[in-house]
Amino acid sequence: MPAFDEMTGTEGSVRPAYTELSGWLGEVPPDVLDYRRREAEVLFRRIGITFAVYGEADSTERLIPFDVIPRILAGSEWRLLKRGLEQRVKAINLYIKDVYGRRDILRAGIVPEDLVFQNPVFRPEMNGQKVPHDVYVHIAGVDIVRVDADTFYVLEDNARTPSGVSYMLENREIMLRLFPELFSRHRIAPVDNYPDELLATLRSVAPDSSTSEPNVVLLTPGVYNSAYYEHSFLADKLGIELVEGRDLFIKDEIVYMRTTQGPKRVDVIYRRLDDDFIDPLAFRPDSALGVPGLMSSYQAGNVTLANAVGTGIADDKAVYSYMPEIVKFFLGEEPILKNVPTWRCREEEHLAYVLDNLEQLVVKEVHGSGGYGMLIGPSADKATISEFRAKLKAAPKNFIAQPTLALSTCPTCVESGIAPRHVDLRPFVLSGRDEVRIVPGGLTRVAMKQGSLVVNSSQGGGTKDTWVLDD
Amino acid sequence: MRMHVSHDTVYRYETPPSSVIQTLRLTPRNHSGQYVVSWLISISADCRLDAQDDAFGNLIHTFTAEGPIDELIVHVEGEVETEDNAGVVAGAIERFPPALFLRDTPLTQTDAAIVEFSERYRSSGANTLVMLHEMLGGLNREIVFDTNPTHTATTAAEAFALKRGVCQDLTHVFISAARHLGVPARYISGYFHRSDGVNDQEAGHAWAEAFVPSLGWVGFDATNGICTTDAHLRVAAGLDYLSAAPVRGARSGGAGENLSVRIQIDQAMQQSQE
Amino acid sequence: MLSRTADNLYWLARYVERAEYLARILEATQRLASVPIPIAGGTNEWESAVATAGCENAFFEVYEEANEETVTEFLAFSPDNPSSIRSCFEVARTNARAVRTALTVEMWDAINGTWLELKRYGNGPTSREEFSRFLRWVQESSLLFDGSAYRTMLRSDSYWFTRLGVFLERADNTARILDVKYHLLLPEAEHVGGPLDYFQWAAILRSVSALTSYHWVYRESVKPWLVADLLILKEEMPRSLANCYENIVTNLDKMAGSYGRQGPAQRLARGVRTRLQNSRMDEIFQRGLHEFIQEFIADNNRIGGIITQQYLA
Repeated sequence: MPAFDEMTGTEGSVRPAYTELSGWLGEVPPDVLDYRRREAEVLFRRIGITFAVYGEADSTERLIPFDVIPRILAGSEWRLLKRGLEQRVKAINLYIKDVYGRRDILRAGIVPEDLVFQNPVFRPEMNGQKVPHDVYVHIAGVDIVRVDADTFYVLEDNARTPSGVSYMLENREIMLRLFPELFSRHRIAPVDNYPDELLATLRSVAPDSSTSEPNVVLLTPGVYNSAYYEHSFLADKLGIELVEGRDLFIKDEIVYMRTTQGPKRVDVIYRRLDDDFIDPLAFRPDSALGVPGLMSSYQAGNVTLANAVGTGIADDKAVYSYMPEIVKFFLGEEPILKNVPTWRCREEEHLAYVLDNLEQLVVKEVHGSGGYGMLIGPSADKATISEFRAKLKAAPKNFIAQPTLALSTCPTCVESGIAPRHVDLRPFVLSGRDEVRIVPGGLTRVAMKQGSLVVNSSQGGGTKDTWVLDD
Repeated sequence: MRMHVSHDTVYRYETPPSSVIQTLRLTPRNHSGQYVVSWLISISADCRLDAQDDAFGNLIHTFTAEGPIDELIVHVEGEVETEDNAGVVAGAIERFPPALFLRDTPLTQTDAAIVEFSERYRSSGANTLVMLHEMLGGLNREIVFDTNPTHTATTAAEAFALKRGVCQDLTHVFISAARHLGVPARYISGYFHRSDGVNDQEAGHAWAEAFVPSLGWVGFDATNGICTTDAHLRVAAGLDYLSAAPVRGARSGGAGENLSVRIQIDQAMQQSQE
Repeated sequence: MLSRTADNLYWLARYVERAEYLARILEATQRLASVPIPIAGGTNEWESAVATAGCENAFFEVYEEANEETVTEFLAFSPDNPSSIRSCFEVARTNARAVRTALTVEMWDAINGTWLELKRYGNGPTSREEFSRFLRWVQESSLLFDGSAYRTMLRSDSYWFTRLGVFLERADNTARILDVKYHLLLPEAEHVGGPLDYFQWAAILRSVSALTSYHWVYRESVKPWLVADLLILKEEMPRSLANCYENIVTNLDKMAGSYGRQGPAQRLARGVRTRLQNSRMDEIFQRGLHEFIQEFIADNNRIGGIITQQYLA
């Protein structure tokens, strides 16, 4: 079954949003495109993504392939996505508040109690904890895939420390430099206000006790973290300090940073450090990356952590399948964005179906126990399938299953010229005190290998600029 | 019993740290079998002691002492009246349903040996209380009290393999086994008044509480092989040692930390009418 | 600014300065060692190079004898010596990377380029000529970095911290040369200008790139007490202790002005500067050159420690 193509649909005729691009691709000589592609790489190395690691032995590996052909969304498509994302993130915030508070959703039997209580990403330490302005997920990176002209699925709600937004910004910057003429043929919604929107969001959630000019900082695990580049890039764009755990300390339930002019109070921490490492007095005692006592200040309501501690309980694979019900429960609305149909192996009927159809399904291991165990039925051999069958029978609770999706494709520069490759989309949703902000577009990831559905950069995936037409 | 506790934790540093931060779970709360008559924490350094409730309802105190600090003493002193309720703990602060306490933590994760051990008692599962009592006895025979081989980061599985450990280790194994059998169990840190007349102790005590449907939470002291009595003073509850730890701290700078603990627990003089 | 950022900038500048200094010592020593020694039993120049670099103990833990090969390896290329030229550039670059966004593009390119180039030298040169070129390259790299900072950095606390790093390190380095070679500079050794002594004095001046300046300042042949005067008291001489302290005080004062607050670092540094301004060379000789230098090194270290306490920790 051929996948839906973003440019030509399934019928082969060019879809309206791609009219200009398609024409341009027809005009532009292949060597010019190839030349621009190499130019883009040079630009990335020179000014962009890799400047922090430039010269490291492994710099070549860290350069994520960039494809110069943009992925385009029509204005109407984007408006649908935007409404859906706002709805979903609102529900996620209400759900997390409930899970650490009244637990109505558990009492109503909508999400099973053990799924929450026994989940490693549930943080008992957050129980009864009030967070400033009831916002838990300030920054969400929701992964969306498309299967036909009208159907977008949410694949994953990244509600902890989603990354990739620096690529969204750099990709646009590079495209503007390389293809000004292409931009002049379109009306493309800008993305470069993202840092401003992010800063406004972070400031809006400062604790009530903070000063009128809240001090926002970005907490990084340090230069050895694989996303350090993004951390320093964002801190720079936001004009805030990039701090490590050792730059901060707690005194009398207030967070301070050590500056050359003495201690300075910190009000909001955009933290890119996992829950486990954030405070050795509350979580992993061996963490040297965190701030001892941070949770005491957090509990006292004197600092905002973005995202809040314990938000993993919203993006866990096991919880994911309940998201449509969660949306209905908290908002009383039908979800605008669908979930990928998911079988919960913890439920007997679902398990039976999954066991009967392993060859067609993708089986994913949920939280904890063993990491990345995944079965892609159609491409697995018999031995692997029977191994998974045994695992499923032994511990059905640990698994969910989904159909193998035909992700949409987008024209992409490859060795042989221009060919369709599978893509997904990660828009970044910002939730502030009273406003949800979404910069139009997001990060489009593309599987560079023919037929591959894996868009992860760690497995050879690349990125594209994402254009939302202002039509 | 009216119990009098005096507890000093003394830190000495060869190179003084520039600051020390600690969170203390050292203050008992009342429940139906325990009434706190008086209780006081004092820190040898100038600092503010901030009180908060943690997620489990324990009273915690946090302080930051600024140095250079070459010696730091955390002194706890108080009197508590306790009753023997055959281990049943009623009226304590409960912030979670019992089901939460089926949750695994790195310190209480089972392994094959603990699973095998706990399965021996499943047959008596018709009556949870009987099952837990038998397991308590079994565990007390299985593991020898020994302060040498384990430390605060020893897991249940490691201690069970060593067949040796302190009250913390025995408690972790008990919790791990109980949870495996589907019985919610939690870690309690506190004090224990010895009946043999030895009042000076070098460490606090720890035991487990397990949830028995007909009775509620019941204290099981695996080290002594008994249910808790009026000799047990309950201070903090959590999922494991780390979440109920009497002291968790960090320092900035400094080196050569030397820690000593002095605990004195005796029966207070009964009050009488003048 | 964050204390850690200031600390990184300060040490970045210090290590680049130290690398340059090591290259200068090695260059001067190479030159001195190549002079035919008329007097048997002359001093071991390689040993004194190690002493001047301030790492005698560490050196003799690894090697038995100080000679051209061992000293070159240890001071220039050894990864085990935390103060070898290679280590200096590596630490400098690590510091730079940690504060990448606080540097100008030019500074980053200078230090990162140096670090990349360093890899090409591998474990050491294959010939004396190549080593000489290496030493020149080290000095040029330091000049490039220093010049980039001077010409491109905003004049704010970031800049002042890099300057403090440079001048504290430089003061320490000049004082160490004086500390090791002080006996050659004592006026009691009145034996005028044996050829060896001349080369020694010239070598000292060369190691602080002051041979030409000497002639412009004094307009006479090289005399030991004038060498000491130039390196200690002459404010117009860029590597003299007096000049370093003029700069340290100026930069600390700018910081105090900008922060609206001064502390012990300012007071102590002014004290040292005043002492240098009010001293005369004959008095210093009378009270003892060695003691004077020792005291200066101790003061300089103390000020480094206090700057760390006041701003960087």
